[in-house]
Amino acid sequence: MNPIISGASVIAAGLAIGLAAIGPGIGQGSAAAQAVEGLARQPEAEGKIRGTLLLSLAFMESLTIYGLVVALCLLFANPFVG
Amino acid sequence: MFFSLAAVEVGTHLYWNIAGLPVHGQVLIVTWLVIAIILTIAVLGTQNMQQVPKGLQNFVEAVYEYVSGIARDQMGEYEYRVWTPYIGTLFLFIFVANWLGALVPWKLIHLPEGELAAPTNDINTTVALSLLTSISYFYGGFKAKGLGFFARYISPTPIFLPINILEDFTKPLSLSFRLFGNILADEIVVSVLCLLVPLIVPLPVMALGIFASSVQALVFSTLSAAYITECIE
Repeated sequence: MNPIISGASVIAAGLAIGLAAIGPGIGQGSAAAQAVEGLARQPEAEGKIRGTLLLSLAFMESLTIYGLVVALCLLFANPFVG
Repeated sequence: MFFSLAAVEVGTHLYWNIAGLPVHGQVLIVTWLVIAIILTIAVLGTQNMQQVPKGLQNFVEAVYEYVSGIARDQMGEYEYRVWTPYIGTLFLFIFVANWLGALVPWKLIHLPEGELAAPTNDINTTVALSLLTSISYFYGGFKAKGLGFFARYISPTPIFLPINILEDFTKPLSLSFRLFGNILADEIVVSVLCLLVPLIVPLPVMALGIFASSVQALVFSTLSAAYITECIE
């Protein structure tokens, strides 16, 4: 196994998940903030707000998951090794 | 190619040769188990039905109301009845598969290679499920509009044609990667934590995994319903 390839793969895997977490993190934060604001304004709509929030959080989370899939590919099924 | 991080195994499978094709045996075993569980509950719950439900029938009816609610929320009152079986099957299969993988201590059963886990942690299962959704929305679109279905590729303007064609590929891709990544990530996090601190510490992550996997089942079925609705309206 070429040490440069494995080193680059490990760094790339770390970067993939790390960079992919930035955007969704910001997005989830603002979504949660808006949900809390909506709750404070309309406490009776709690169920609906919670459902929508969970669903949209899952969508945002999936962006990080794509980064994770790339990282897992690089770590466990690296196409550039051997 | 595949190497293991101490006790964490990724990419090792129990290969079976069926008609010359290598298949992942551990995935098939758990898949059959999931199907058996759902079928048993469904058959037992619908036998000898009463006007006033009680016991298992009550539970099965509640489950039916929930899954048809997922379809109804996306498709509206007129269309949802036809698609409830498909959306409900997706939801129930993914939900039971995820929870079975998270709740049953599969490590106690030793296989010659690989280990039993949720079938959704194999990319082949999730790709198959999301391709089923692709086929269903094409079928629904053709049935509703005939060849007029293709008008959706040049809407709102013909400039969007490449993007609209690309969407047919990104939809199953994102559906399958989302489910696969979430389940596999949860299992890897739990097993890495178990490796580092085998007591207590992995428990909150396991609870989070159980919650996240049920949300993923909901997301997968909701998104499938939304994609189908997009095409039949």
